[in-house]
Amino acid sequence: MSAAATQTPNASFVRRLLSRPLAVVALLWLVLLLVLSIGAPVFAPLDPLEQDLLALKQLPSAEHWLGTDALGRDVFSRMVHGVSLTIAGVIEAVVMASLLGLSLGVSAGYFGGLWDRCVQQYVSLVQSLPTMLIMLAVLAVFGQAMLPAMVTLGVMGSAGVSRVLRSVTLAVREELYIAAARISGLSDAHIILRHVLPRIAGPVIVQMSLFAAIAVIVQTGISFLGLGVAPPAPTWGSMIFEASASLNDFPWLLVPSGGVVALTVLSFGLLGDSLRDASTESWSRPAVRQSVKARQAIQPKDLPEGCLLSLRDVTIVTGTGSATRTLVQGVNLDLKQGETLGIVGESGSGKTLTSLSLMGLLPPGVHVSTGTAVINGEVIDLSNEKRLTQLRGATVGMIFQEPMAALDPCFTIGHQLAEVIRLQGLGATQVQAKVMELLEQVKIPNPQDVAKRYPHQISGGMARALASEPRILLADEPTTALDVTVQAEILALLRSLSQSRQMAVVLVTHDWGVVADICDRAMVLRHGQVLESATVVDLFHRPQHPYTQALLAANPHSAKPGDVLPTVDDKLMNITGVAT
Amino acid sequence: MNTAPLLQVQDLRVDFTQGQGKVFQALKGVSLSIHPGETVGLVGESGSGKTTLGRVILGLTEATQGQILFDGEDITHASRARRRTLGRDIQVVFQDPYGSLNPARTVGDTLAEPLLSDKSLRTQDIAQRIAEVLQRVGMPADTAQRYPGQFSGGQRQRIAIARAVIAKPRLIVCDEPVSALDLSVQAQVLNLLKELQQSMGLAMLFISHDLTVVRHVSHRTVVLYRGDIVEQGDAAQVHEHPQHPYTRALLAAAPVPDPLIQRERRAQFDLARQALAAVT
Repeated sequence: MSAAATQTPNASFVRRLLSRPLAVVALLWLVLLLVLSIGAPVFAPLDPLEQDLLALKQLPSAEHWLGTDALGRDVFSRMVHGVSLTIAGVIEAVVMASLLGLSLGVSAGYFGGLWDRCVQQYVSLVQSLPTMLIMLAVLAVFGQAMLPAMVTLGVMGSAGVSRVLRSVTLAVREELYIAAARISGLSDAHIILRHVLPRIAGPVIVQMSLFAAIAVIVQTGISFLGLGVAPPAPTWGSMIFEASASLNDFPWLLVPSGGVVALTVLSFGLLGDSLRDASTESWSRPAVRQSVKARQAIQPKDLPEGCLLSLRDVTIVTGTGSATRTLVQGVNLDLKQGETLGIVGESGSGKTLTSLSLMGLLPPGVHVSTGTAVINGEVIDLSNEKRLTQLRGATVGMIFQEPMAALDPCFTIGHQLAEVIRLQGLGATQVQAKVMELLEQVKIPNPQDVAKRYPHQISGGMARALASEPRILLADEPTTALDVTVQAEILALLRSLSQSRQMAVVLVTHDWGVVADICDRAMVLRHGQVLESATVVDLFHRPQHPYTQALLAANPHSAKPGDVLPTVDDKLMNITGVAT
Repeated sequence: MNTAPLLQVQDLRVDFTQGQGKVFQALKGVSLSIHPGETVGLVGESGSGKTTLGRVILGLTEATQGQILFDGEDITHASRARRRTLGRDIQVVFQDPYGSLNPARTVGDTLAEPLLSDKSLRTQDIAQRIAEVLQRVGMPADTAQRYPGQFSGGQRQRIAIARAVIAKPRLIVCDEPVSALDLSVQAQVLNLLKELQQSMGLAMLFISHDLTVVRHVSHRTVVLYRGDIVEQGDAAQVHEHPQHPYTRALLAAAPVPDPLIQRERRAQFDLARQALAAVT
């Protein structure tokens, strides 16, 4: 969701690709081959067919850069002249596969229905045929011709390509902007050309690059068998064949011929990989988490009496050196048993990061620069992720916003609850009993039945967070994705649980109604800073900070229906439109 | 509102086949009408069929039974060619401002789309219209050359609204247009929609799960529950004196941003829920 991330997608894509050393090396090799093939007479002036029977099977020398073969022909010259044949074959196959694969895959994915089923059947049929046998049959029919063979390879390969592109198109077809374009009256051809193709360009290039690698091998294989191109003509395949004939007495021959094939196949493969990485990099985040060295915790001096959880001076930053940005600055909070604290703020205010820092679950690239937590009397520096991980579950539990994403779709509800309870060291029957008890506690009808189901078969996901009976519960927008009637029930449940178990709850939300409903106290966060912190009655009835006042006024609830709503001026934080 | 309705939905039914002969009835015979210049709020929870109703009107989903009349013309099964010209009269604003704009196309390219079916417009005319509409929704003039990725959620929703109004439509279907936005931005977008509606005389179908927002923008409110309309009428009437138990439960469930009032409302919700359970 970061702004400016997809700015001029093509330019940044090329830059991302060129920042990968492997991609650069692969590209350089392929460009070198291309240059060699175009300038073959200049770079390799010796005739690739000229036999020199006085210089058989020579090792590399100044005259013959890569030596000579069994008939005394210059290996370098044969290799360079073979490039154009190989490249021509690869291009024929790739063009065929991309034209056919693209049109079949995109049309099947976009139009669906009967056409899609026909294409699927055709693809399955083609994929079940042995490619090599078909190609040999084609070669037998057309004689020694490379073109029909490589076109056949392209047709056979287009099946797999179209299958991949179909599924990519299916995903793009569901995008809202396609629906909007349809409503705006654009024709199907226009939508495919302007909306679908640019979006699937990445996968197309990746597929083609990988297919080119296959085409090189197949092309070499055919000429190895002496098919496709009549023997004396220089091809990589025939060079390998000749090298294999004199493998025992002159193994060197296999090095240049086999090497060039291996390098080319590898280049296409690496290029494909790099292309795929570069095209997904912009939306997939780095998976590497930096491990932060735990700092020594310092006992805060200003702790109030009887607090279950206190946070002092929590500052969360991203980046290092001069690129450091502060996301949360100096947040303090105190929470008693059975108390519910709301952290309210709009997107980007740092409310979620604050709660994640207490779990030791900050996203990669983001870390706590200072901050101390006092949990149940124990003083922990927030950089001590190891200790926070130990506390997770039994002491601090968490409910996430997306009930569907918070539960693993591969396991039953019962299994996932048992997993958490087992951490307490109970026996199997005790665990089962506990699972039932928990599901009953969160008011799920038919707990026996629900425990056997998978997450997609039920709604909601709160039991898991409560399974280990945490003393502190962090709830990050727990009801945002839910209907209001379900939300009301979940909030009521949360309230009764926090009272019956004397659980301290930190509720992260943007919804002032939810704060009013369930919280005892609340703090308002903006741009990582706490603007004010008060009991809910004070906050709603006597808001101190102009931003809080403006936000409350912007809520349509407090306005007369149909009136212009007062808005929050972002720069000056002036309140406009409020009658004074 | 004594004029003829702009949009009439009559006894609309939509069934979705779920395989193995099972059929899910998304809409079970829904009738409503929208007059020119009127905003009709459509409220319901997930699975109520409110989004399906919007999609049928937009021609994105096929109706199983019933009729949709636009300005007296039956458009229930309009041909593809007719649909393409209808795009100038009926437009849409979706919930997700991130998904509704193609990240690979400039804002200008996207905004031009509703105008492309009008062959009388030249390139300069289209550029002129884009500049006008961008000014109208409060976006800087150079927006047209930039990509959606460079804008925030609220700004993107403004762009989506610009696309909806650029061809001067008569009806806009707003499917949860402010649900993904922050409160401060939501107010701006609601004000913009209101202003455009009044100055252009637009009719709007405003689909939302948020009763407060619907109460604020709509003249009339329609409550949808499991594919049926349980209540419809004047917005003030429906919100202040709800008749159906479901409407009452829905209203009582929505928390009010005032802790003292909210405390009393909790009891109301429990009562309303029991009343609803007794009915269904």
